[in-house]
Amino acid sequence: MSKTINNVVCPICGCLCDDLEVTVENNEIVKMKNGCAVCEAKMVHGYKSEERILKPMIRKDGKLVSVSMDEAVKKAAQILTDAKYPLLFGWSSTVGEAQRIGVELAEELGATLDNCCSVCHGPSVMATQEIGIPAATLGQIRHRADLIVYWACNPWASHPRHVERYTAFTDGRFEGSEWQSYVKKLKADSNRKKMEMASKRISRVEPPTKAASFTGPPPQMLEHKPGRKMIVVDVRKTMTAEVADYFLQIEPNRDYDVIEALRCLVTDQELDVEKVGGIPLDTLREVADAMMSCEFGVIYFGLGMTQSLGRFRNIEIAIALARDLNRKTKFVISPMRGHFNVTGANNVFAWQTGYPFALDFSQGYPQFNPGENTAVDLLRRNDNDATLIISADPAAHFPSVIMQNMMKHPLITINPDMNAISRLGDVVFPTQWCGIEYAGTAYRMDAVPITLKKVVEPPPGILTDEELLVRILEEVRAIKAKRGEPVGQAEPKIAPHKPTKATKTSRECPIQEKPKRVTKKTKKVA
Amino acid sequence: MEQKLRATLITGRTIEQGVGKELGKGSEEYYVGCAVCFFDKSDMVKLGIKNGSIVRVTSKYGSVIVKAQKYRWGVMPGMVFMPCGSWANVIRGDETYTMGMPLYRGFPVEVEAAPDQAVLTLEELLMQQFGRNSDE
Amino acid sequence: MTEILIKNGFVVDPRNKINCEKMDIAIKDNKIVQKVNEKTAQIIDASGLTVMAGGVDIHSHIAGAEVNTGRIIRPEDHYKDPVRKTSITRGGTGYSIPSTFVTGYRYSAMGYTSVFNGSIAPMKAKHAHEELNDIPLIDKGTYILSGDWWFVLENLAKGDIDECARLVSWLIHSTRGYAIKVVNPGGLESWGFGRNVHSIDDQVPNFDITPREIMRGLIKVNKKLNMPHTIHLHTNNLGIPGNYQTTLDTMNALEDLSTDGKPVAHITHVQFCAFKGENWRKFKSGAEDIAKYMNNHTHMTMDMGQVTFSDTTTMTADGPFEFSLYELGGHLKWVNSDVETESSGGIIPFHYKRNSPVSALQWSIGLELALLIKDPWKIFMTTDHPNGGPFYDYPKVLAWLYSKKAREATLKRCHKSARKKSLLPSIDRELSLYEIAIMTRAGTAQALGLPNKGHLGIGADADVAIFNINPETLDIAQKFRTARKAFANAAYTLKDGTIVAKDGQVVNSQIPGRTIWVDAQTKDPCRIDDEMKRKFKEYWTIEYENYPVTDHYVKVSDKLSVKASV
Repeated sequence: MSKTINNVVCPICGCLCDDLEVTVENNEIVKMKNGCAVCEAKMVHGYKSEERILKPMIRKDGKLVSVSMDEAVKKAAQILTDAKYPLLFGWSSTVGEAQRIGVELAEELGATLDNCCSVCHGPSVMATQEIGIPAATLGQIRHRADLIVYWACNPWASHPRHVERYTAFTDGRFEGSEWQSYVKKLKADSNRKKMEMASKRISRVEPPTKAASFTGPPPQMLEHKPGRKMIVVDVRKTMTAEVADYFLQIEPNRDYDVIEALRCLVTDQELDVEKVGGIPLDTLREVADAMMSCEFGVIYFGLGMTQSLGRFRNIEIAIALARDLNRKTKFVISPMRGHFNVTGANNVFAWQTGYPFALDFSQGYPQFNPGENTAVDLLRRNDNDATLIISADPAAHFPSVIMQNMMKHPLITINPDMNAISRLGDVVFPTQWCGIEYAGTAYRMDAVPITLKKVVEPPPGILTDEELLVRILEEVRAIKAKRGEPVGQAEPKIAPHKPTKATKTSRECPIQEKPKRVTKKTKKVA
Repeated sequence: MEQKLRATLITGRTIEQGVGKELGKGSEEYYVGCAVCFFDKSDMVKLGIKNGSIVRVTSKYGSVIVKAQKYRWGVMPGMVFMPCGSWANVIRGDETYTMGMPLYRGFPVEVEAAPDQAVLTLEELLMQQFGRNSDE
Repeated sequence: MTEILIKNGFVVDPRNKINCEKMDIAIKDNKIVQKVNEKTAQIIDASGLTVMAGGVDIHSHIAGAEVNTGRIIRPEDHYKDPVRKTSITRGGTGYSIPSTFVTGYRYSAMGYTSVFNGSIAPMKAKHAHEELNDIPLIDKGTYILSGDWWFVLENLAKGDIDECARLVSWLIHSTRGYAIKVVNPGGLESWGFGRNVHSIDDQVPNFDITPREIMRGLIKVNKKLNMPHTIHLHTNNLGIPGNYQTTLDTMNALEDLSTDGKPVAHITHVQFCAFKGENWRKFKSGAEDIAKYMNNHTHMTMDMGQVTFSDTTTMTADGPFEFSLYELGGHLKWVNSDVETESSGGIIPFHYKRNSPVSALQWSIGLELALLIKDPWKIFMTTDHPNGGPFYDYPKVLAWLYSKKAREATLKRCHKSARKKSLLPSIDRELSLYEIAIMTRAGTAQALGLPNKGHLGIGADADVAIFNINPETLDIAQKFRTARKAFANAAYTLKDGTIVAKDGQVVNSQIPGRTIWVDAQTKDPCRIDDEMKRKFKEYWTIEYENYPVTDHYVKVSDKLSVKASV
């Protein structure tokens, strides 16, 4: 029996493409349409791979042993309540419903709570806290942007459908797709290469290298090219740069300098240097002119900015550039958020506590201090004494020197499959794949909430992240209550509510005359 | 030919790493996609290595054995690129400048050919780094 | 089954024309009833206390993408107001944009039991509902930004009111919204390319329509749908000197649409729409003209949007306005947040300082409007939280309204512009408890079309606020500080027949509060055919099927069904 489910949402990157067509046969996804290579890897193969964890496990004498869910929950709750300063980290690949419980758990434990954004776009959030951000949803770019700048990011690898769905290659109301002109360019390029090869064969002399060969087509192209223009700025040429009209290869760690130079040019200041960050000033002037003369411009920036020297100052200056440009035209700037719900983690944490990440509940109220409560700093100081990792894989993304400190203390992991961190856990929980086996809310990179769908049934006995966290939280409260410590209340159960009756016409006030009342009127007030 | 190449390391996403991680961290694709270091053509000539040669990449924080590969999209002399993953982690630094973000890119490394070394699998690497893995 | 008897309080219930009469209020479960068994019921001794219906806030930004972005960008705002968790309440942070739980607790501590959320972009409605679910102890609803929704613009430009009504009905239903919100009509679409509209007859770029046509069209739509509330309007040129004329033009343009003398539109935070003078240097109060107009007409209601002198955060869907505020200079943080096909938005932290001529005059304009408009059923008390000041400044605003002495005390301490350029020093009016009850509960509930709220008649929701004010012994105008304290810390707040706060402290946080939303049932349902779906795919970057808010997002749903006439 095979069925096709439409408009399925892809639970992988910040694009949250919601147009997948998934074919399910015998409770297995067998085919998928519209998704990218990464999406296909997860949705058709990865989620049901042999790496899947099917039973909770506890490490006994160095070996992971399968145990019952009850035992694992008890053990995890015991570790967390025994710890004085546990760290709860991850959250970016699970749904908002689970993140909510995560905050409650952290509050109950007096724990440190951090999400993956501290090692991806945490600096972007911090920069926003410094100077704000002029942003827009992705559709605004689709409809209006005629200048698209990808700075220090490679969407072809990290957000494969970003260009095609939201920016240069999509058809909007006021701007068309540049796909055709890209195809033309490809043809021209391959013809040029053929010519070069031929001339090489004939003359046996190297053809003269183009001036600034790595900066792509000559500058005039930018000015005269009709339609949308796409500029890529990066330290290395990537596939995304291949697609672009213009590529600037800057020296590593020089993003700040180059953006500041652009800011100077945009605000009509003179610069007395030949090059900035390896880019000739004339080239930068071309870019600045393109930025000022567009109708609607956008800068998307990636981890190349947040992880390079300068960190959030790079972002701050980029936002300042976009802000300056708004005096000349319309310009927005947005981070290329990585995991599919890292934006959601920031949002859920923020509405419950006021802060987006790097939270510490040890004083009974939320405290925010990146650099102090961020996971890497905490582990670097070796301050915490137990760790819970959920829907994340720091063993694949934290420096080993940091991970070695994490391994000094008990480690609880909650992940659907045996990723690197689950391989290291002391208590290893299985969980359902959100967006495949259960539904929930995720926030796209532009903070648009989208409901992930359930397409297949989960393997028996495995809980969702939310259910699992609720059980751990209940157990934590039970242990604390037994010890005589004050505990918080569980969320109220909701009784069904009778709907309000319709009023006949809208603005009419139904109760006009004075109704009968209880009352013995004792005394009238003068 | 030089013994050692001093270069700036960049780590980041690649589509192969992306596909590999979704197929499973223990998958062949992840291993092939991540235990690798990309070089500019000129640097490979300098080191006397070819596509598939085994190299040792060393930073202030550690040293890891990976396969060399030519970077196909453009030129980047003096720069090497490694995909995110457990192999790159060995040489990534813990300095955060009190901002929560460790050293992921733009710091110096040394690369040398290491023809007689083996590239560890994920399980072997975890055992080497943390003294444990998923061995049941 | 719980029964409560509130005994011997001075009841102020303007909807039922009860003014400070000593009487008992009986509650059974979550409703006000005729009587209860006095022997078994829980007795609340309210002798010497004032009993009112729970407060109903008609306009306050408490949830949604915009609000949350405000939270995220202002850690320095939260640092000064940490809230510790207790065994019955969650922790969080307060000040200008409090976290969700704290929002619920603090409203409840002031005797408020229903709050309506200022605006949300339809595309991000799920976010708003997730936050509303996390605000306990109050009932809530949310207004839906519809004025620059492309389907509205296109259908109104065509003149197809019926089709527009069907689409808006679909929109309100699929966002679980309560009312049609119109912000700077036409301006938000213009802001897509960094432009704005500057009068109600400016052309909206790329769409063959003017702000006047949008507002008139949506009022007709609102009537056809039989919505409980009027359209909720944020006028063009908001926050720009000289805009009182735009406000008067707007009210004039809508006058003929009211056929039965009932309101057709609600101008929100009208203080920001009553600026006179050509520029900021010549900035004066335009309150008198607007009040005069309001005293002669019945087709509008308003809320104040009072400025309270605090370090707060301005946030609105009016993106161009926030940019112009940023351009004025002195602002470090500026957030712009355009939403494709429907809206824009902006955020700027703003400190209203006593010694600033503009802030001081804004303060007096808000009060002038509230005091010069004679009928309290026409203008309600808000601060447009957090735009004019956080909602916990309401007691301060009330004090300025019921006590000339309180106004004098502030006037003395703020910039002379408040005295010289407005009529405020010459106004002697002091509102009574009865009038205050209208401006904070009875009037707002009536404007919102909520039959069971804002009063204490039989069948009303058992949402009650009891204040430590004895009208027989306390002259609130003289002892304004005592009364202000009483309004800030309700002696009792009852939500759905449960005591949730006592003496300004939350004692029970287990009442989640309901989300009230409108289902305007059209005769022909909105036809979403393939053509429509194709358009949807072109206009938005999410699929038609993934757009609506599902029941999952409304924790306690209170659907208000109305029959539409299309």
